[in-house]
Amino acid sequence: MQPQNKLNSMSLKIIVLAKQVPDTRNVGKDAMKEDGTVNRAALPAIFNPEDLNALEQALRLKDAYPGTTITLLTMGPARAAEIIREGLYHGADGGFLLTDRAFAGADTLATSYAISMAIRKIGDFDLIIGGRQAIDGDTAQVGPQVAEKLKMPQITYVEEILGVKEGTITVKRRLEHGVETVEGKLPLLITINGTAPECRPRNARCIQKYKYASTPTERKTVEPAFPELYENRPYLNLTEWSVADVNADPKLCGLSGSPTKVKAVESVVFQAKECRTLSDSDSDVESLVKELLGNKIIG
Amino acid sequence: MNNLIVYCEIDDGTVVDVSLELLTKGRTLANTLGCKLEAVAIGSKLDKIGGQVFPYGVDVLHLFDDKRLYPYTSQPHAAILVKLFKEEKPQVALMGASCIGRDLGPRVSSAAGSGLTADCTQLEIGDHTEAKEGKTYHNLLYQIRPAFGGNIIATIVNPVCRPQMATVREGVMKKAIYDENYKGEVVKHDVSKYVSDTDFAITVIDRQMTKSKINIKSAPIIVSGGYGVGTKENFKLLFDLANLLGAQVGASRAAVDAGLCEHERQVGQTGVTVHPKLYIACGISGQIQHIAGMQDSSIIISINSDPNAPINSIADYVITGKVEDVIPKMIKYYKKNTK
Repeated sequence: MQPQNKLNSMSLKIIVLAKQVPDTRNVGKDAMKEDGTVNRAALPAIFNPEDLNALEQALRLKDAYPGTTITLLTMGPARAAEIIREGLYHGADGGFLLTDRAFAGADTLATSYAISMAIRKIGDFDLIIGGRQAIDGDTAQVGPQVAEKLKMPQITYVEEILGVKEGTITVKRRLEHGVETVEGKLPLLITINGTAPECRPRNARCIQKYKYASTPTERKTVEPAFPELYENRPYLNLTEWSVADVNADPKLCGLSGSPTKVKAVESVVFQAKECRTLSDSDSDVESLVKELLGNKIIG
Repeated sequence: MNNLIVYCEIDDGTVVDVSLELLTKGRTLANTLGCKLEAVAIGSKLDKIGGQVFPYGVDVLHLFDDKRLYPYTSQPHAAILVKLFKEEKPQVALMGASCIGRDLGPRVSSAAGSGLTADCTQLEIGDHTEAKEGKTYHNLLYQIRPAFGGNIIATIVNPVCRPQMATVREGVMKKAIYDENYKGEVVKHDVSKYVSDTDFAITVIDRQMTKSKINIKSAPIIVSGGYGVGTKENFKLLFDLANLLGAQVGASRAAVDAGLCEHERQVGQTGVTVHPKLYIACGISGQIQHIAGMQDSSIIISINSDPNAPINSIADYVITGKVEDVIPKMIKYYKKNTK
């Protein structure tokens, strides 16, 4: 990234959208309950991988344009505060957790409504960056929907931010059949592809600074070791926002704000085919190859 | 009114395959619903689009022709669809789950306040009863897709909001001419009534498009590797076998995520759907999202060290063993028996 002329240096206010997701890539045999529902407790919760790619892009902008600030925004249950802490460990400057029972059961539309209301509450920003999609749904919808709700432009599938100059951002997009370079005036929203560089490791200084950062709910659940810290160091106090805090209409949140309904969920049962089981012995492999050749499947 | 609408993606004056596949599916669904099939084409120099889409059974083609509308950018295309949907009130809107469809669909659904289901693997028409209200909705679009990393299959419906929107990946539906001589109506719209100058906020300054050299979609034989292949070196064995058989190499998502293989080769719900005559699955456990993309293969061979791998239950032949032992033997005996 080419930093712009130092005389004309410009800092950015960036919001990074991040989601805590069950690690669906490492689903064990106990991931599904007997009744066919998902056993969330058996799945580790992780920082959505492409949101980490997004955070890295924000951190690179912060390196290039001193004075840039990064604010994380996430929505989820109380334990999603882990996402904010993780972001702080990597170099973000602050964050907000949207958490409220009324947000539960949201589809992408209700989720993007809630997030857009929180962004309106944050108010002052130049750029919103999120991952292209989350691994638990793979829909890639929340980014564009947030942009639409905020009536601002979107650029999806971004692989690299080439630079920001005089309020215009230039990026490289990775599409099915090639690469596109596009530019647009800030403020706007971009989503980052998994092909973008991985996130840098946690920063030891940031871990030291933020290791006691917690939300009020977390401090109610587990008595903090140093309660006085939170008065002296306000940055350790992570903010939780409810539906009311972001002036959202409860009817548009969660299940009631979701036009899509899940009619049925099946855990997957395969129709067993008639199947021949072979060993890896030379004679078994050769007989299979001969059979395929004989039936003109291969050759 | 209340018809079924398909957004046609255009590449260099040609309607892309995924849109033709959706027109084919759309025609079937429209027949079930007893409604018309409409197509929307947005771009520049669209004179030849009618000839391309009418054989698929399109009753009405909406054209929005303006040189600023190609190449695609999000807001102008979204603005057109949002206003067109308000006017035409389609009951169903379908688009490809391509980079364009996945950029455009959510933006339109948000503005229309309507539900959108991404990456459907099946679309059907059926009824739905909301237990809470005791109300039955007739002829809804069942949007069926694997969810949760492919561990479950969900049927999604949009009881109230319209249009019911869904995206489908290329290759999932099959394209087929409905009637060579089918004739529909062309409606040319005045673009300036749909798009304002502020919608052109993003400028495309450079495009480097290449026809992908990798094309596994129509390969007759696919040798596909999963996480169980283990290493890039072992993956090379798959390429050796594929070269010998005149096959393409595919991969599971886990293998792509682990960096064993490039994304263009990914088979499954979030990759390519394939229908080869022979599919050799090497070290692939068989998550639904993978199986969704290859279950229509004529013959499936599974090579896996785990005799209980889920994919074995849909395989015709199961070889229990290590990929790095079995593939070299297949190569050896293929060579020996084809001399």
